[in-house]
Amino acid sequence: MIAEIGHFVLVMAFGVALVQAFIPLWALYRGQSYGRDLAKRAAQLQVILLAISFAALTYGFLRSDFSLLIVYANSHEAKPWIYKFAGVWGNHEGSMLLWTLILAAYGAFFAQRAVALPDRFATMVLVVQGWLGSAFLAFLLFTSNPFARLLPAPFAGRGLTPILQDPALAAHPPLLYAGYVGFSMSFAFAIAVLTTDQPSRDWAKWMRPWILAAWIFLTLGIALGSFWAYYELGWGGFWFWDPVENASLMPWLSGTALLHSALVAERRDTLKRWTLLLAILTFSLSLAGTFLVRSGVLTSVHAFANDPERGIFILAILALFTGGALALYGRYLPRLSEDRSFAPVSREGLLLANNIFLAAATMTVFIGTIYPLVLDALDLGKISVGAPYFNTVFGPLTLPFIILLPLGPLLTWQAGRLIAPLNALLIAALASLLLVLGLWITQAGVPLIALLLIGGAVWLSLGALADLAQRLRPYGWQLVRQPWRLPATAFSAPLAHAGLAIMIIGVIAASMWQSETVVAAKAGETMEVAGRQLRFDGVREVEGPNYQAEQGQISYLSGPHQGKVLLPERRFYQAERGQTTEAAITSDISGHLYAVIGEAVAEKRVLRLWFHPLVALIWIGALLMALGGGFALRARMSKTGQGAA
Amino acid sequence: MIGLKRIFVTLAMALGLTFGLTFAAHAIAPGEALNDPQLETRARALSAELRCLVCQNQSIDDSDADLARDLRQLVRGRLQAGETDDEIRTAVVARYGEFVLFRPQFGGHTFLLWMTPLIILLLGGFWAHRLLRNPPSKPVE
Repeated sequence: MIAEIGHFVLVMAFGVALVQAFIPLWALYRGQSYGRDLAKRAAQLQVILLAISFAALTYGFLRSDFSLLIVYANSHEAKPWIYKFAGVWGNHEGSMLLWTLILAAYGAFFAQRAVALPDRFATMVLVVQGWLGSAFLAFLLFTSNPFARLLPAPFAGRGLTPILQDPALAAHPPLLYAGYVGFSMSFAFAIAVLTTDQPSRDWAKWMRPWILAAWIFLTLGIALGSFWAYYELGWGGFWFWDPVENASLMPWLSGTALLHSALVAERRDTLKRWTLLLAILTFSLSLAGTFLVRSGVLTSVHAFANDPERGIFILAILALFTGGALALYGRYLPRLSEDRSFAPVSREGLLLANNIFLAAATMTVFIGTIYPLVLDALDLGKISVGAPYFNTVFGPLTLPFIILLPLGPLLTWQAGRLIAPLNALLIAALASLLLVLGLWITQAGVPLIALLLIGGAVWLSLGALADLAQRLRPYGWQLVRQPWRLPATAFSAPLAHAGLAIMIIGVIAASMWQSETVVAAKAGETMEVAGRQLRFDGVREVEGPNYQAEQGQISYLSGPHQGKVLLPERRFYQAERGQTTEAAITSDISGHLYAVIGEAVAEKRVLRLWFHPLVALIWIGALLMALGGGFALRARMSKTGQGAA
Repeated sequence: MIGLKRIFVTLAMALGLTFGLTFAAHAIAPGEALNDPQLETRARALSAELRCLVCQNQSIDDSDADLARDLRQLVRGRLQAGETDDEIRTAVVARYGEFVLFRPQFGGHTFLLWMTPLIILLLGGFWAHRLLRNPPSKPVE
C-alpha cells in the first residue's frame, strides 16, 4: 500500500514537472504575469511529492518488503538498518529517484530564495528545471520504476553487494549527485541568459553561488569515493582512472574551470560567452557521466547496471539537452555585449590560462575514457586506456598549471605587472627549486616529473600563503583582536589552492615512496615493515551482524605505536555470497601502515603490508579545497542578495 | 591472426564478467618477487602497465586471477633472461593483442588519443591570442 502511494505521487510529480516545464513558458510568451508564481508553486510541490515517494521507497527498504523488486534484488533482512537505508540508492532505480529528488530540491530552493532576481529570468530558470525534471521522471517511470512489484513475494532478499556495505559508500552517492545535479542550476541559468533579451549584467554574480555549491558537493563526493576505494578494495589504491571515476572527474574539472571563468565574467564583464558554454558543457558532462555509469557501456568495477534500453533513453536526454542548449547558444549568443579585452599579464589573463589547462585536462579524461569505445565501435581494434596513460599525460599538464597558478591572485585585474608577484614569490621559487634539486640528488630512480610536481606543489602552497598575506594585510590589528570578523573571501582561494598543493604532495608521495611487504607467516612470526617491528599473533573467527569474519592480529613490538594492534579482516557475507577485505590502518604523521590478511597456505597465513607515506594528505587536501569553496560561498551568500536569492 | 586475437579478447571479456566481480584484488603472492631489487622494480612497473584480461580494469599487478599470475611470472622470467622492457612488451602484445597494454602505443590509430591534450592547448593559445589582440593601456584597481 505504501509503495503504491509512492508510485502514485511519483506519477503526480511527473505531471507537476510537466506543468512547471511548459505553462510558465506559455505565460511568458503571452506576456502574462502568473508564470513565475506558478513555476515557484510547481517547484515546491514537486519536491514535496518526490520526498514522499522517496520516503515510501525508504520504508520498503527498512521493512524489507520483498514484494518490491528492487528491495528483493538489493537488500536482505539481516543487514544493519543503516545499510538497508543506504540500499535505497545502492541500486539503479533508487539512485535515479534520489537524482530526481535532489534536482527538485535545487529547483525548490531556488524558487524560495531567488526573490531578488527579475521575473522573466527566474521563471526561465525554473522552466529549465521543469524540463529536466520531466525528462528524468519519464526515465524513472518508463524504464526504471522503483516501485515495481514482485509477486508472490520471496522470503529472502538477495542482499547488497558486500563492498557497498560501508558508511563512506552510503554517503558517497548523495554527495556526488548533489554535485552532478547542482550543475543543472548553472545550466538553467545559462539557458535563461541566452533566452532573455538584454540579460542583466549580474547573471554571473547570481550564478556563482550555485556553481560553488555544486562544486563543493562534487569535491567531497569524489574524495569520499576515493577514500572508500583506498581502505575497502584492499591494496591502498586511491584513484584507478576507472571510467566511472573519470565520469565524475570530468564535470569536476570543467566545473572548476567554470568557477573561475564565472569570477571573471562577474567582475570584469568578459569571458561571458565562454562561461555560458562551460555552464552548458559542465552539466552535459554530468549527464554523460550518468549515462556512462547507468547504461553499462563501460566494463568497469562500478558497472552494476546493464540495460541498453535505459542507456538509449539517457542518451536521448543527453542529446536533447546538450544539443538543444548548444543550438540556443549558437542562435542567441550575439545578444550578449562584447567581451571586454585585457592584457595577457593580468588576473583575467591568468584565469584564462587556468581555463585552457582545465579544458585540456577535461578533454584528456574524456578522450581517454571514450577512445577505446569509439575505436571498438568503428572496428579499428581493441585497445585499453588505463592509469599509465593518464598518469603520463596528467603530469606534464599539471606542472605548468600549478607553476602559473600562484601568479594569478597576486596580479591586478585588466593589466598587471609581473614584478609584484615575482617579488612576493622569490623565496617560494628558491625554496621549491632547492627542494627539487635536493630530491633529485637523493632520490635516484624517481621520475623527474614527480620531483618537479612536488616542487611545484610547494611553490603553490607558498604562493597561497602569499595570497593570504596580501588579502589580510589591510586588516592589521583586527587579525588578532577579532579574527572572526575577517571577511570570508580572504580565506577562500588561498585555502582551495593550498588544498590542491597538499593533495598533489600526497598523491606523489604515496605513489612514489610506498613500500610493500608480502609474507606467508606463522602465528608468532616477526617482521619489519618500513622500519617498524611487527609480530603476527594469529587469526580468530569473529561474528558480525550479517557476516562471519577471519580477523588477523598484528602487534607493534617497538616504536611510538608499541602495544597497539592491527586487526585486518576477511569478511564472508552469507546472504550475498560475497567477501570483502577490511584493511587495518595505523595512521601517523609520516603516513599509513596498511595491513591486509590473505588466504591460508598450509599452517601459514599470507599477510600483505604496505606503508603509504603521506597518503592522508590527498583527502585532507580535498577537504581544504571544499572548505575554501565554503568560504567563497559564504561570502557570496551575504553579498549578492542570493543570500536572499 | 587478427580474427583469433579478437575471439580471444571477446572470450576473455566474457569470462571477466563472471570472475572479475570478486573484487578481491591482491597484488603478488609471497615468493613471487624477484630477489634482485632492480629487476623487481622493473617487473612491478611493467606489471602495472599490463591489463589482466579476465578482470575489470585491473592490471596484472593488482589482480589475483590465475591469468594475471601467469603473466607476472612470464614477465619476471623474461626479465631474468635479460630481455629489455620493450622486448617483453612486444612479446606480450604478440600473444594477447594491443588490448593488454594500459598505455596504448603511439600510432595512426592512437594519434588523437595522444595528441588531444596538445591540440586543446594550442587551440586555447590561439583563442587567447585573438582575445588579447587589443590590450588596454592602463591598469585598473
